Amino acid sequence: MAGQSNPHLSIFSAPEVEFLAEDEVVEIVPNIKMDAVNMICGDFGPFFPQIATKVPLWLAVALKKRGKCSIRPPEWMFVERLTHVLEAERESPREFQPLPFHYVEMSKLLLDNAHEDIPDIYMVRSLIEDIRDVRFHKVETGLETISGRTHAVKLKNLSAMEVNIVRPFMVRALQAFYKHDSPEMIQQPESTVNRRAQVVDRGPRNIFVTVTGLNMILSVVAKSRDAFVVNNASFGAAAAAVSTTVMNCSL
Amino acid sequence: MERGEAAKRRGGGGGGHGGKKRCRSSEEGVEEREGGAGDPALRGWPSSEGREQIQLLEETLDEFTENRSDDLVVSLYQMDLDRALFLLRSYLRIRLQKIENYMVHISKTNLWNRLSEQEQRFAKRCIEIMEKHLEQSVLSRLPYGYQSMLKQSISSEEDDMVPEPQLDTFVFCKTKSDVGAFQLDDTGEEIVDLVADDLYVLRYKSIRGLVDGGRIDLV
Repeated sequence: MAGQSNPHLSIFSAPEVEFLAEDEVVEIVPNIKMDAVNMICGDFGPFFPQIATKVPLWLAVALKKRGKCSIRPPEWMFVERLTHVLEAERESPREFQPLPFHYVEMSKLLLDNAHEDIPDIYMVRSLIEDIRDVRFHKVETGLETISGRTHAVKLKNLSAMEVNIVRPFMVRALQAFYKHDSPEMIQQPESTVNRRAQVVDRGPRNIFVTVTGLNMILSVVAKSRDAFVVNNASFGAAAAAVSTTVMNCSL
Repeated sequence: MERGEAAKRRGGGGGGHGGKKRCRSSEEGVEEREGGAGDPALRGWPSSEGREQIQLLEETLDEFTENRSDDLVVSLYQMDLDRALFLLRSYLRIRLQKIENYMVHISKTNLWNRLSEQEQRFAKRCIEIMEKHLEQSVLSRLPYGYQSMLKQSISSEEDDMVPEPQLDTFVFCKTKSDVGAFQLDDTGEEIVDLVADDLYVLRYKSIRGLVDGGRIDLV
């Protein structure tokens, strides 16, 4: 799984995140009679026609593909709920609405595999896409506000897929800020000439490394994640902050 | 349909209790796997319970196939087994990756005790091979004093050429339960109030204790 993808870019690839989401429990209505199954992940069933029961998503999809059940969409996947969530997402620019941790992957799997079980499927699909877009936009604007040494970033209710997409950029950016905005980097007035020369010498090199580093991440992010394009503004902000720090050092 | 011997042993008498136990250990597997990838450091080796279960499940599967049971049931068990194996494999692969990257560092610290027996053998061989390779390709041609794999030169007091995992980094984490006010730096200026189910990006160094204590999950 993670060993196959490049560990420096992202810890998981999108299909790997989807794999993890397949353990979420959904409700199905079987149309066959079957004994209970004792799985590694738990016991499920027995199954009787027309009697709803709860199984992990992968089992539901497997049964669905064989035409043995219909899946009941989870309650958050109805048009009214989603409309409400979308409105709330738009109204609160600094908060994420509570959705299941794996909502992106679950909705994808259900929309792909159980289309006849979901009422108003086109509406549901477009609402979920809109919600994703609004949330990603918030993450982007959130990134722009990072402008110095940061110890903690709160992202309550951010989902698994969203975490996975912003992780490489966010971690590198925070690391860079942490390193270059440290109190030791800022020149002490009583320090010797000798040390000053050292610091000045060190300055430009750091800025070079950081900017190329950021640049690299940016191009990688832009290339591999079309859903999440980091815009130039946040890069500009980051670069500007780095150069300010370096100026502080050389003064 | 008859349930096989192995199935009985697994599911058997205890019923509900047995099921719960299995369920928990599978969850642990997923958690270990997720955390294992997110954690810059190496974690302890989990119990061998998972492996036993997989063996039992394989037996069940064989029996089902022999008894020519319902194809559907056989295929579902097969899927369950495949998923578990996939998870286990990727977990082991992640560990091997960490060992390959930091073999010398691991062998010299108490991280060594966190490896399984096979992993220790793997790490030893890894180090031997790497040593031989570096020796033959570069080190033997360097002037005296610069020929160590572990030291920059003979004047270094400590081993300063050993790659170590970067622990001074940021991780995404989710709180399991209320932790309360938590200090993030040494000076006590940065304090966050960790409430259950919050998602934060924090410095790994500062929350390491919480991760080890199982009070916070890496995501």
